[in-house]
Amino acid sequence: MTSDNTMERWGAGVIPYAEMGYWQPDYQPKDTDLLAAFRITPQAGVPPEEAGAAVAGESSTATWTVVWTDRLTAYDRYQGKCFRVDPVPGKNGEYIAYVAYDIDLFEEGSIANLTSSIIGNVFGFKALKALRLEDMRIPPHYTKTFQGPAHGTVMEREYLNKYGRPLLGATVKPKLGLSARNYGRVVYEALRGGLDFTKDDENINSQPFMRWRDRFLFCMEAVNRAQAETAEIKGHYMNVTSATMEDMYERAEFARDLGSVIVMIDLTIGYTAIQSMAKWARRNGMLLHLHRAGHSTYTRQKSHGVSFRVIAKWMRLAGVDHIHAGTVVGKLEGDPNSVAGFYDTLRLDQVPADPVKGLYFDQDWISMPGVMPVASGGIHAGQMHQLLHYLGEDVVLQFGGGTIGHPMGIAAGATANRVALEAMIKARNEGRDYLAEGEDILRAAARRSRELDVALATWGDVTFTYESTDTPDVVETPTSV
Amino acid sequence: MPTPGGTDQESTTQGPTDPAARSRRASPSRLPADATVDLAAERRASGIDEILDTLDRELVGLAPVKTRIRELAALLLVDRVRQGFQLSASRPSLHMSFTGSPGTGKTTVALRMAELLHRLGCIDRGHLVAVTRDDLVGQYVGHTAPKTKEVIKRAMGGVLFIDEAYYLYRAENERDYGQEAIEILLQVMESHRDSLVVIFAGYKDRMESFFSSNPGLSSRIAHHLDFSDYDLDELMAIAALMLEREHYRFSEPAERTFRDYLQRRMRQPRFANARSVRNALERARLRQANRLLAATGRTWSRDDLMRFEPEDFLASRVFADEST
Amino acid sequence: MRITQGTFSYLPDLTDDEIAMQVQYALDHGWALSVEFTDDPHPRNHYWHMWGLPMFDLHDAAGVVYEVNECRQAYPLYYIRVNAYDASPTRQTTALSFIVNRPPDEPGFRLERQEHVDRRLRYTLHPYAADRPAGDRYPPTMPER
Repeated sequence: MTSDNTMERWGAGVIPYAEMGYWQPDYQPKDTDLLAAFRITPQAGVPPEEAGAAVAGESSTATWTVVWTDRLTAYDRYQGKCFRVDPVPGKNGEYIAYVAYDIDLFEEGSIANLTSSIIGNVFGFKALKALRLEDMRIPPHYTKTFQGPAHGTVMEREYLNKYGRPLLGATVKPKLGLSARNYGRVVYEALRGGLDFTKDDENINSQPFMRWRDRFLFCMEAVNRAQAETAEIKGHYMNVTSATMEDMYERAEFARDLGSVIVMIDLTIGYTAIQSMAKWARRNGMLLHLHRAGHSTYTRQKSHGVSFRVIAKWMRLAGVDHIHAGTVVGKLEGDPNSVAGFYDTLRLDQVPADPVKGLYFDQDWISMPGVMPVASGGIHAGQMHQLLHYLGEDVVLQFGGGTIGHPMGIAAGATANRVALEAMIKARNEGRDYLAEGEDILRAAARRSRELDVALATWGDVTFTYESTDTPDVVETPTSV
Repeated sequence: MPTPGGTDQESTTQGPTDPAARSRRASPSRLPADATVDLAAERRASGIDEILDTLDRELVGLAPVKTRIRELAALLLVDRVRQGFQLSASRPSLHMSFTGSPGTGKTTVALRMAELLHRLGCIDRGHLVAVTRDDLVGQYVGHTAPKTKEVIKRAMGGVLFIDEAYYLYRAENERDYGQEAIEILLQVMESHRDSLVVIFAGYKDRMESFFSSNPGLSSRIAHHLDFSDYDLDELMAIAALMLEREHYRFSEPAERTFRDYLQRRMRQPRFANARSVRNALERARLRQANRLLAATGRTWSRDDLMRFEPEDFLASRVFADEST
Repeated sequence: MRITQGTFSYLPDLTDDEIAMQVQYALDHGWALSVEFTDDPHPRNHYWHMWGLPMFDLHDAAGVVYEVNECRQAYPLYYIRVNAYDASPTRQTTALSFIVNRPPDEPGFRLERQEHVDRRLRYTLHPYAADRPAGDRYPPTMPER
């Protein structure tokens, strides 16, 4: 740098981010760098490189004007570097900006620090109409500073003694208003009928109609009765979400003392609280279920917010054992390709970049255990072949209405789901084309199971075919199943 | 749970894996009594001719063996069609004995036999598990049964080839554990004839006495194939086949020398037919390489690198022994 | 009472041919097979007796069905299960496990409750069969292997 340039760079005032070193098209990312892919929509007249540089700057060292105190630091190390900007095909005015961050920018093992850095400031930046964090590459050096899932999919299966098939669950309905005793009845019936888990809903905490302690006591009676009747290990996700960490610890410890195998938290408790609960869960031998309550406020829109695949990545680092990640065929948002990308991110060890699945980077989890995705919302036994095809084997399938709404009762609803699942797994293993023959397989199984027969008659035709909003760019038209 | 098991002495050859093998062997579709069958089409569909052709290509001579195999293939093919008409009930026993000296092609034929039986739908996988006594018989009480069963389970769906089978039986030792292995084999050959074909192999005379002292075994063996020793011309043809594969050739004098070599070697003990030919050629490669390297101050052409000369054979002990 | 551990307990008992197809699926994935038996089906009894060592390197399901039948012959009144084990990195656990034999009469479990302070209960699952000594739980008795 000549002295003239130095004067220019460090003179007081406002200069473009690109000229301050935040745009470095020649930069070769280091193995230790964190990489981020942002979808940017610059304001009219802002060149995309400048917009990318602004994102890199605002998510790292920059402020709006030149400060001489930068010169007391090795600032070029701490600068986020936008090294590539690609226009999004078919989307005028949208670009994908790739930014590299030095690992020094981040505190070890802290999702709060990571997110404050990457999404802390920049999303309100005026030079951009919209901004979305699409994906991140977490380098092994940083991954190793996190605990990861309290147990992970392998340990969960060995703990529960259940192999070779998806796990089955149901959320107790109605969501609100049941007394603890009535609530426990639903748990008991669903578990004895054949489900592995039942679940509190996200907003079941400790309300006037049912206090948490009463719920836990009645649910554990239900869980134990069902275990005695089936000789299987059963669980009820005890939602310990509450106002303070002290309350959460108290509730979680009570669930532990009663012999529950699992507790549950909501995404709304915040990243730090999630990490605390993940450490607690590992220390106490409890599985940790995460309900992604509220995520759609910032994950669903394609041009602004944070993609769920990034949240999924953060939650694997943070250390939950279960996370809701979409159903493809159910009632909630979930494009098949995007959902496949979420599931890969949660379960695989080496996740290859794949534009079709919306995965921008190769992600190496260096053997960090996988998270069990949970599929919940508007699914039923008649879709079993599709669920198995799209979601695979390491998944919890949650049939809430599809269990409790069975005309013959809750236990029959549970049995119907279990029979359908086992029949489908058996057919798959026998080499049959179970996706194409799914309905035949279910009908054949229903001939030996009145419960399934009635379930198919009740829900066999229910589908939710709406276009997804959050789809990968490379897929021509939005997809639905 | 499990850790990877002990070392495997016997060799296992993976048979073809085709989609048909995925599902269990389907019995042939039922045909109405007035149907007609195109046997040539059945034959093409089974793909047995590829295997018979391969056999012709890779093995010199052995005309009687090849004829027997063709006859057997025809029998099994027709049998399968007859089953379609409900004319044959269960599958006939397919256990075999291959007798003959070492190097007469028994293992190679067994390998192709496994494929052939697989294509004809007699076995599910078509792999070959080749073993000897040591793989079946333990040294201590209680070791033999698990060892034998282990091998049998691995061979199921394919062919179990037991080389020098007579070593299983030691008349001189009543307490020999080999008898235990034979009894387990007998039982499985009977009860699992749908999932396992056993081939016993070894020298003809010793196999005969082995069978005569184990009549139960003998009665369960349906097909005996005898592999005769190769004559001189056949051995030369085998050598030519091997050289062609390895991109070597004889010079004219070298060919005469090698013929002479074989004549001498055949009279000596432990002559092992094709195997002895292969060994002789291997040693000749060694000598040729040293000959080329030793001659300094000249360059070699492509042909030089391919060609054997008489001296590559004359250094053999076979010639030395005769002259002393 | 029918215990419903294992992958296929809600379906009719598998025939030998159906067992062979499941085993073949496992073999095609390169998983090792094992046969285990027990007279204590408590859900947390992870260690059933091993019927021989796990079978590696098999090509065909017939070998496993053979061992299942040997085990049935020796222990006709016990629970017997077939496990498939996947030794691939980051998995290294059981991939499939299903019951292939049950005692004709499954007496089930007693749930014992111990009252504690604060309305808490301590639960214990007690198999009725465990009232009898090991090896004598599902009469008639069978000889030890």
